[in-house]
Amino acid sequence: MKIYVPRDAAARALGADDVARAIADEAARRGLTVEIVRNGSRGMIWLEPLVEIERDGRRLAYGPVDATDAAALLDGALPCHGTVEDIPFFARQTRLTFARVGLIDPLDLADYEAHGGLKGLRRALSMTPADVVAEVTASGLRGRGGAGFPTGIKWETVRKAAADRKYIVCNADEGDSGTFADRMLMEGDPFTLIEGMAIAGIGVSAAKGFVYIRSEYPDAIEVMEAAVRIARGAGVLGASVLGSGPAFDIEVRVGAGAYVCGEETSLLNSLEGKRGIVRAKPPLPALEGLFGKPTVVNNVLSLATVPVIFEKGAAHYAGFGLGRSKGTMPIQIAGNVKFGGLFETAFGMPLGDLVNDIAGGTASGRPVKAVQVGGPLGAYMAPAKFATPFGYEEFDGQGGLIGHAGIVVFDDSADMLKLARFAMEFCAVESCGKCTPCRIGSTRGVETIDRIARGDSSAIPILTDLCETMKDGSLCALGGFTPFPVMSALTQFPEDFACQKEAAE
Amino acid sequence: MRQDQPQPSVEDLKRIIDSHIHLEGPLLPILHAMQSAYGHVPQDAVPLLAEALNIGRAEVHGVMTFYHDFREVPAGRHVVKICRAEACQAVGGEALAEATLKKLGLEWHGTTANGAVTIEPVYCLGLCACGPAAMVDGRVVGRLDGARMDRILAEAGA
Repeated sequence: MKIYVPRDAAARALGADDVARAIADEAARRGLTVEIVRNGSRGMIWLEPLVEIERDGRRLAYGPVDATDAAALLDGALPCHGTVEDIPFFARQTRLTFARVGLIDPLDLADYEAHGGLKGLRRALSMTPADVVAEVTASGLRGRGGAGFPTGIKWETVRKAAADRKYIVCNADEGDSGTFADRMLMEGDPFTLIEGMAIAGIGVSAAKGFVYIRSEYPDAIEVMEAAVRIARGAGVLGASVLGSGPAFDIEVRVGAGAYVCGEETSLLNSLEGKRGIVRAKPPLPALEGLFGKPTVVNNVLSLATVPVIFEKGAAHYAGFGLGRSKGTMPIQIAGNVKFGGLFETAFGMPLGDLVNDIAGGTASGRPVKAVQVGGPLGAYMAPAKFATPFGYEEFDGQGGLIGHAGIVVFDDSADMLKLARFAMEFCAVESCGKCTPCRIGSTRGVETIDRIARGDSSAIPILTDLCETMKDGSLCALGGFTPFPVMSALTQFPEDFACQKEAAE
Repeated sequence: MRQDQPQPSVEDLKRIIDSHIHLEGPLLPILHAMQSAYGHVPQDAVPLLAEALNIGRAEVHGVMTFYHDFREVPAGRHVVKICRAEACQAVGGEALAEATLKKLGLEWHGTTANGAVTIEPVYCLGLCACGPAAMVDGRVVGRLDGARMDRILAEAGA
């Protein structure tokens, strides 16, 4: 009997290790032979630890399972959700990037291949570099880290650049609150990322890749390092990719707790062993990136989507989505929600459907007050904006951004002034210090919001002006986008910033 | 490293440097290796690193202090990192953090008088659908409440 108990960090944070141990002990007590597979998470975090038992070729799902449930679980006495595919939250998804996450044993290369793995890489190996890049361009894939820059165009710039060395850098510094798709993918299907990076290497003629993972993700680091070793041992990586291709190898590097290193130029400095200070662009990293060499810097999800594009074809991928937002997006539903987790779907679903329908509203049962989309630098969206379809241009048109597609839901107990203050405080803590509006402005922003909180309404225009300065005068998104949460809170929830606060005290 | 343990020798530090120096951009991996071995990056390492990498001491110091992870002195025997980010705030993370600090009589980054526990802020552990979240010595915990936090602190000997 095969039993799946996730090894995903969220499942472990909710006791999955104890559950796995208890099941093993209980099975041993009964003399049962069970194989416990530590898979990735299926993405329904409210059901974690979600245990699946394979019976007659079907994987039946139970959860959340507690370690004390082991006996009942083996007796078949726990309530069963049916198969994972039966659960509405899962059934409504279109899983392309996350097709294998939770389904397979993350570190079993044979299991990976049995589920379509390496097909994309084999196809890419039969193509010229120019055709590889053209395929990515045709898919319409855009940078999943947040900026939404067309991946194919970035690759083409690197491909055309002449240099003795080029690099593929995977940005796995997923620091945005409300996002965890990179982590889940690395923990649940690391070979997909490796395959995507190898295809990138073939496309732009780079022989070396780095995965820069934040230190807050010890589980992802462990799985990625193991996967790279396995891939190297099996000849997927090394002197000749799959024995017939060019050389490509990957090294996993660990960040050191600096949020700003999620910004690509700051990440490159960090990889070089420097302070994670943002670089001015130009020169573009595509031309002068890591160690001054042409470098593809892509988010985990961008690179991990490449294999399915090559497996099923660019046209298949581009067939999903809305307008210029092609394909699917692994949306992360977080915060105060009934059904939190990872929901991969084609672009275009209205925000309100995601919040009220898919996420089931708030866990507290209170009305939704605001939703922050796109991490700590993303705008707060009031329910008045819930008709906005999930897409790059659509959110931009509403003064927001989708960023890395994290959705954090707040109920009506949220204090928007406090959240705006937190955004400024966070910027002050994490600023790399290069740009004055970000370095100094964020601290002045905290003080100015404190003035407003004390009832000084004359500070409101100062805050507005400060946000303009930060937006226009910062090199990167940290200083440049902190005004998004601040101003969206101020303009949509003026009552939280009103002087009546003082009167009430 | 416990505060009462001896300082690493220059040879120990050099050994760590030597085993990473072949990497492209070796400074962060070296700092991580030292921190993992000794719980902090000993100040004696700064001139050694400057020499080995052919950069100034100020540059080494600048890199070390830029990143939140690297410590110049050891932390308590256990480090509890409590998530302060928005998703955890949405489910009561802030109140939990405040109550924890108050109970221990600490500010952020503070260590209990008996040296058992250091409390650090962390901005997101990627556990945003099962907050409030924390990391205890590298082990993640989700859906925290006051009672679970008390158990964690008691186990750590705070």
